[in-house]
Amino acid sequence: MATALAIRDLCKSYGDVRAVVHLDLEVGLGECFGLLGPNGAGKTTTIEICEGLTPPDSGDVELLGMRWATHERELRNILGIQLQETQLSEKLTVAETVRLFRSFYAKGLGEDEVIALVQLEEKTRARVGTLSGGQKQRLAVACALVGDPRVLFLDEPTTGLDPQSRRQLWDLIERFRGDGRTVVLTTHYMDEAERLCDRVAIVDHGQVIALDAPRALIASLGAEHVVTFTADGVAIEDATLEALDGVTAVRHDNGSIQLTATELRRTMPALLTLLEQQHIRLTELSTHSATLEDVFVSLTGRHLRDA
Amino acid sequence: MRDSLRQLVLTRFREFVREPEALFWSLAFPILLSVGLGIAFRNRPPEVVHVAVVGDSARSAAVMAALARSAGVAAQRLTEPDARLGLRTGRIALAVRIPATGGVDYEYDDTREDARNARLLADDAIQRGGGRRDVVANSERFIREPGSRYIDFVVPGLLGMGLMGNGIWGIGFPVVDARRKGLLKRLMATPMSRAEYLLSFVISRFVLLVIEIFLLVGFSAVAFGVPLRGSFLQLAAICALGALAFGALGLLIAARPRTVEGASGLMNLAMMPMWILSGVFFSSENFPVAIQPVIQALPLTAVNDALRANMLRGAGLTVVGPELAIIAAWFVVCFVLALRLFRWR
Repeated sequence: MATALAIRDLCKSYGDVRAVVHLDLEVGLGECFGLLGPNGAGKTTTIEICEGLTPPDSGDVELLGMRWATHERELRNILGIQLQETQLSEKLTVAETVRLFRSFYAKGLGEDEVIALVQLEEKTRARVGTLSGGQKQRLAVACALVGDPRVLFLDEPTTGLDPQSRRQLWDLIERFRGDGRTVVLTTHYMDEAERLCDRVAIVDHGQVIALDAPRALIASLGAEHVVTFTADGVAIEDATLEALDGVTAVRHDNGSIQLTATELRRTMPALLTLLEQQHIRLTELSTHSATLEDVFVSLTGRHLRDA
Repeated sequence: MRDSLRQLVLTRFREFVREPEALFWSLAFPILLSVGLGIAFRNRPPEVVHVAVVGDSARSAAVMAALARSAGVAAQRLTEPDARLGLRTGRIALAVRIPATGGVDYEYDDTREDARNARLLADDAIQRGGGRRDVVANSERFIREPGSRYIDFVVPGLLGMGLMGNGIWGIGFPVVDARRKGLLKRLMATPMSRAEYLLSFVISRFVLLVIEIFLLVGFSAVAFGVPLRGSFLQLAAICALGALAFGALGLLIAARPRTVEGASGLMNLAMMPMWILSGVFFSSENFPVAIQPVIQALPLTAVNDALRANMLRGAGLTVVGPELAIIAAWFVVCFVLALRLFRWR
């Protein structure tokens, strides 16, 4: 697979804070690539260095064979960028905003075409200030798409949106893909990464701690299910739990215990029998299929949202 | 014009026109101010001075009769305590006493212009009443010509103040606001030309400038008869140069702040001294000689002096050369510094 984006040995510090630490990544042409990690992990710094908005302290970024130092004008014309927390001018209408951004690019999509793509046809003449959060975000994506980019960068595209708006944006991103167009996005929503991304890099403290397709990352847990329970009374030895049928890992998390299990139908009866025998009262019990969140937890011992 | 530049200029106009407050403050406010000041300081017929004659003697009646023949003096008889109170409160400007020993005695505050004036008028009337004859024959004519009134002085000042306010606010505010909203950074992520972005402010300011000049100069000419003795094109040229200088100053102020609050503090810091010192509402020559070099170097002083020379004296551009040089220097220095310091994100 040809390379769209290559990052080599990237470093960036803000004062004493090391935002990006010797980070390497390669994104293939036509791939949808996700940077998944908690807030403050260095995702935004990384993506903004790739976008040529933040200079790195050291390291190299190559986009479609070009570098910022030598090909800024060409790169600006073939990249589509959506930044976190941009407020577009509230006084302009949707159509005026799209037309303004379109005028910056040598070639690109038609104004109506882009507005239709983000499903804002009914809001064409509405002022930006009157749009809902989800509509504003889709307009921001429209501004990123209007130059018909080869590579699309999205920084937390669905943060703060309601579930329906999020699904609309996901559909939009999926429609944009294809024709060899590449998407790089950051997110701290595991479901977003699982739904959209061909491959995901899990980023923590400015470093990539895991990199693979979402399914493969989940499979790397060695088990498909997670059992979480809270119990009163006598503490149970980890070794006892690990010995239960089908359990591959045991973790303690805020007073509850998490078991990673290959098959619920074998593990659950064994667990319940154990608790019965030791006269331990169960106060909470839940199970779910393993997600990228569980991968992050197993790698860092922390949750994505409160890490 | 390239489509991108046209879209940017259109954006400037849309943002301006769709902000009713901005329209009011930049276009309507200077006119309202000129109306208010024109009414407050309109020229009235010469005022009379109030004079008290103290006492009730036969000679005081003769003094009263002499004062009554003077048009500029309003005389009244007062008792001693009332005269004292009148002097203290400023209701009368001069107390005239008639001592038994002969002659007249004037009491007044010699630091007050109207009191000195009352002393001269009253003395003149009393001396004539006593039989004095002028030794030199005289005649008088009155000129009350447009150009020397307060409104004539203040309209060029208001025009200069408008240029400053609109230049500094009109460029500084939208730039800082765009930076605060992350919009500046977002625009940097497109192939947009930075020069075109800045140029769009210059072009939109110039168009609004022409509207401003026509409105204020036209209105004051029609409503108050304020003269425009110089060439209108040269007036427009002075305004354009002034707008460039203040726009560059606005850009310099907006070069780094990330918040509108921080920027507006800096803007007021820059504008406040010039409102007071640069001869908008009263002549800058009222300030001590020691600080005159500073005052004369301020851009608004130079703009106001050049505008007054053009409008009131009909002076050509060569006459206001030194002022134009000062304004141009402000433009160049501020613009170069602004570009060097400008934070694009």
